[in-house]
Amino acid sequence: MALINSRSSISQRGRETSPHALGQNSTQRVMSLVIMATIPGLMAQTVFFGWGTLINVIWCSLVAMGCEAAVVSLRKRSVSFYLSDCSALLTGVLLGLALPPFAPWWLSLVAVSFGMVIGKHLYGGLGQNPFNPAMLGYVVVLISFPQEMTTWLPPLGLEGHNNSLTDALFTIFPLGQSVDAISMATPLDVLRENKSLTINELWEANPVFDGMAGRGWMWVNLAYLVSGVFLIWRKVFTWHGPVGMLAAIAIMATLFWSGNGSDSHGSPLFHLLSGATMLGAFFIITDPVSGATSNRGRLIFGAGVGVMVYVIRAWGGYPDGVAFATLLMNMAAPTIDYYTQPRTYGHHKANKGLPKKD
Amino acid sequence: MNAIAKSPHQDLQSPVAGSQVIASSERKIWPLTGGVHPEENKHQSTSRPVSVPPLPETLVLPLSQHAGLPADPLIRVGDKVLKGQMIAKASGFVSAALHAPTSGTVTAIENRPIPHASGFYDLCIILETDGQEQWCPLAPVADYRQLSPAELVEKVRDAGISGMGGAGFPTAIKLAPGTAINTLIINGTECEPYITADDMLMREKADAVIQGAEILQYMLGAQECLVGIENNKPEAITAMRRAAAGKNIDIVVFPTIYPSGGEKQLIQILTGQEVPSGKLPADLGMVVQNVGTAVAVKDAIVDGKPLISRITTLTGDALAAPQNVDVLIGTLAQDLLQYAALKTSELSTLVFGGPMMGFSVDRMDIPVIKTSNCLIAATEDEFPAAPDAQACIRCGHCAEACPSSLLPQQLYWHARAENHEQLMHHNLFDCIECGACSFVCPSSIPLVQYYRASKGAIRTQEAKHAKSERSKQRYEDRLARLEQEKTEKEAKRKANAERAAKLKAAKTTEQTESNANAEEDPIQAAIARAKARKAAAAAGNSEPASARQASDRPLSAKQKELKVQLSMAKAQAKKTERALAAAEASAELKGDKGDIEQLKSNLAMLNEQVSKLQQAFDENSQYSASKDSAEKPVKAAKPALSDNEKKRKVELAMAKAALKKAERALAAAVESNNGNTESFKQAVEACQANIKRLETEASEPPAETAITPSADAKPSAKKAKAPLSDEAKKLKIESAMANAAVKKLQRAIANAGEDELDTLKQQLVAAEQKAAELKQGLESLS
Repeated sequence: MALINSRSSISQRGRETSPHALGQNSTQRVMSLVIMATIPGLMAQTVFFGWGTLINVIWCSLVAMGCEAAVVSLRKRSVSFYLSDCSALLTGVLLGLALPPFAPWWLSLVAVSFGMVIGKHLYGGLGQNPFNPAMLGYVVVLISFPQEMTTWLPPLGLEGHNNSLTDALFTIFPLGQSVDAISMATPLDVLRENKSLTINELWEANPVFDGMAGRGWMWVNLAYLVSGVFLIWRKVFTWHGPVGMLAAIAIMATLFWSGNGSDSHGSPLFHLLSGATMLGAFFIITDPVSGATSNRGRLIFGAGVGVMVYVIRAWGGYPDGVAFATLLMNMAAPTIDYYTQPRTYGHHKANKGLPKKD
Repeated sequence: MNAIAKSPHQDLQSPVAGSQVIASSERKIWPLTGGVHPEENKHQSTSRPVSVPPLPETLVLPLSQHAGLPADPLIRVGDKVLKGQMIAKASGFVSAALHAPTSGTVTAIENRPIPHASGFYDLCIILETDGQEQWCPLAPVADYRQLSPAELVEKVRDAGISGMGGAGFPTAIKLAPGTAINTLIINGTECEPYITADDMLMREKADAVIQGAEILQYMLGAQECLVGIENNKPEAITAMRRAAAGKNIDIVVFPTIYPSGGEKQLIQILTGQEVPSGKLPADLGMVVQNVGTAVAVKDAIVDGKPLISRITTLTGDALAAPQNVDVLIGTLAQDLLQYAALKTSELSTLVFGGPMMGFSVDRMDIPVIKTSNCLIAATEDEFPAAPDAQACIRCGHCAEACPSSLLPQQLYWHARAENHEQLMHHNLFDCIECGACSFVCPSSIPLVQYYRASKGAIRTQEAKHAKSERSKQRYEDRLARLEQEKTEKEAKRKANAERAAKLKAAKTTEQTESNANAEEDPIQAAIARAKARKAAAAAGNSEPASARQASDRPLSAKQKELKVQLSMAKAQAKKTERALAAAEASAELKGDKGDIEQLKSNLAMLNEQVSKLQQAFDENSQYSASKDSAEKPVKAAKPALSDNEKKRKVELAMAKAALKKAERALAAAVESNNGNTESFKQAVEACQANIKRLETEASEPPAETAITPSADAKPSAKKAKAPLSDEAKKLKIESAMANAAVKKLQRAIANAGEDELDTLKQQLVAAEQKAAELKQGLESLS
């Protein structure tokens, strides 16, 4: 029978397991969406703090992809296959956004290569890393080079604001030329160092504050917030982590606000719209690899980050704590996972903890 | 209406499920947990009405088209069969019969490729059709309410109906659940993409579906009957509503989402309840049947027609005329695809079932079976090969899609690590393998495949574990048994040694006595002995002395000869017994019983011989004893008395042996997981009771001897025991025969099949009765 002959055409594929229909989702799509969603924040940062951020993002992305390619080829794997998932690019972009705008090139290099090589690939590559690689790199340079890491540029509208592309380029890559860039502390740093002024006095005395939060910082944070909502709408991640973190920060800031006095830690809105709050809530703690897996777990994970961010800001030794808080909660994520398993269909209650030994 | 109120997973709901309650349905519905929305692709096959393809030349009918044991062929190669004739019967409780889909000739019963994910071959009946379509006589039921539900279940069983939705569980079993059923759910969900068989069935045969539902409702005694249909089948919904008008059947429509048609998922959607893990819907008082099954039941009861055809969807972009066909079971895929105008060059993947849970096959000479609801001839573009799997980034999309609220990403992790403990902890076996997780996975990881493999590995491991546990138990039991045997032997040896020592002591005393009387003439000695006996009798004990006397009596030549013959015959019997045991042991392995019968008859003959010799010997000794008694009247009563003692002891020994044997048989039965263990246990208990009785009986006379000796009667008391054992020895031989039958029967029981058991037991009872009678006689004598 003629049809029998056609067996050859279907035996090429042979027997395959179900499902035969596959969804359109891909890791590449997820990563690209997240990278695209950073554009509003990147633009806001560029507008308020100069070209340095953009240069950093590009530089960090190149370094990240270079590291990925180097390690993958050392492991004798397909470089294009691994680079095409865009995860290395995302790590680079996030680090570029997190580092100070005029951070020198070698600082970014150290941060990115540490995050990529030690934080990600030494653990086995994508999906195996217990810590957020971007935050690991960030913390390494924060501890090693506190001077460079805690100085930011004056935002737009303040004296010393530098929106020159060449200045930014030569500050980051000082090829024989030196630029005298004026740097100044971030609002979170100023508030932390403040011991004598009331909040109102501080706001009047220091031009870095403006409105509800720091000058420029508010807009940067709002930009990330909008992108984050977009990503939730696109179902890239669920609302649980970000809501947990933001709610925890708001609650902590409300509880320990102590009003307008000189011992005030700042208003809840100030905390929500300062520093890396929104970047952290929507782009850092939503890293699925190093976070909790179940939705309840993510809520707890986010809340933990939020609490710790506030604790570090209010009483810790660093002006901002998103990176430390994220790494600390990364450590707790497996435990959270064990205790937040969902209740399976047909079971009276959810399993908790490790499997019991008989 | 708050449809989500009862759901414990509010936060896990897919945004599409939820409160989209269709306005026209008054019933409350509950949302599915998780779920996905793959492209439906149903319209291709619904544009044409259901058609009947031409009768193929050959039908291939696998014996295993259902869950459970394969059917048992009732026909032989070369037989002519009629349409609807049963050609293979259900081979067990979980099995289903098979009927000839048309008239023709059976040309072979052989291994053929069957629709199976692993490309298996299995035994199939090959039917060459004759084109006559000649029906066998049918037995339609005019009014099913005249029959009891049990009778209807029998009819369903005889019609070979198994679930038509995909799992193929024999329907009759589901219809006799043994628990009260409140709700019958007819599954018209058909949530998988591409498949439209149930849709078209409801459109074209809504009345038959409703009629089938009513019969099922009557059979189950369910007060409530719900028909669940996804809202993507408006034509079917309209037809079903019309057919169900005025009937106690509720058509419930709910939003389209995959996998709402899973049994557990449908129950959740329609009732808000969850089938407890490891339980059945019947435990909730529910039964779910596919619409196709309902029609098959209607056909079986109302028309008397067995399940010989089904509606199957032929679809896929490689078909020019995708459609649904009413196809005879056993029709080959190639015939059907040709009928639906297959574009051979475009075919890339042939899938049996739907795109989410179906399996692809690598050939087309595979038959449609009772569970085949769809054939998809897909092009390369339609089902492209899955891209290489990337790393899992734990995005959790799978967990959101999972209808069972599992954590697929964690399961994947543990599956790769082969961490079975963790897999069980994460409820791997609650996975219904719907494929929703694989469908949404951005890294294209074949998650379901990992779960299937892990389930298989865990099952294998558990089976191995259970086996090793059983072996361990068996080994330990054996050790215990050997230990017990050893201690028993030791005890016996000790007892024997003691007895020997006592005997020796008694003999030495006697020796000294007889030495003392050496010079006296026998009569004098007899007088002296009589005196001694009198003295003992005065002390209340007449037995011991007499016993001693009997043992002393030398054997005559005739007796000696008989004894030698007897012992030879016994040795022969023992040898035969051993051979028999060995033969039985090997027969268990080989199933060959011929040798055993031979040996058994040999043994019986030998036993007979032994008993004859024994009798002769006994008579002879009796005679000489009586002669003795005639000569020496003093001794006359003694041998008889000693015989009683001995008999009892031997009986005891025999009973113990029987017990040991019965125990061994029981242990063997327990080891081999034999169903007869109960009867063996009873045999053991009977033996134990027997022993107890014998022991109490045996202990009485010695007690007498133990109590009686007074200071002046010491020598005679001492002697008392030794003669007793001597006499016992003799009696042992005597009653051994009486108990040989019992012993034999015990063994026979141990090896008997169930049907033989009863007769053997009766024989055993008779033999035991005989033994008891003998004993009574002994008791009266003593």
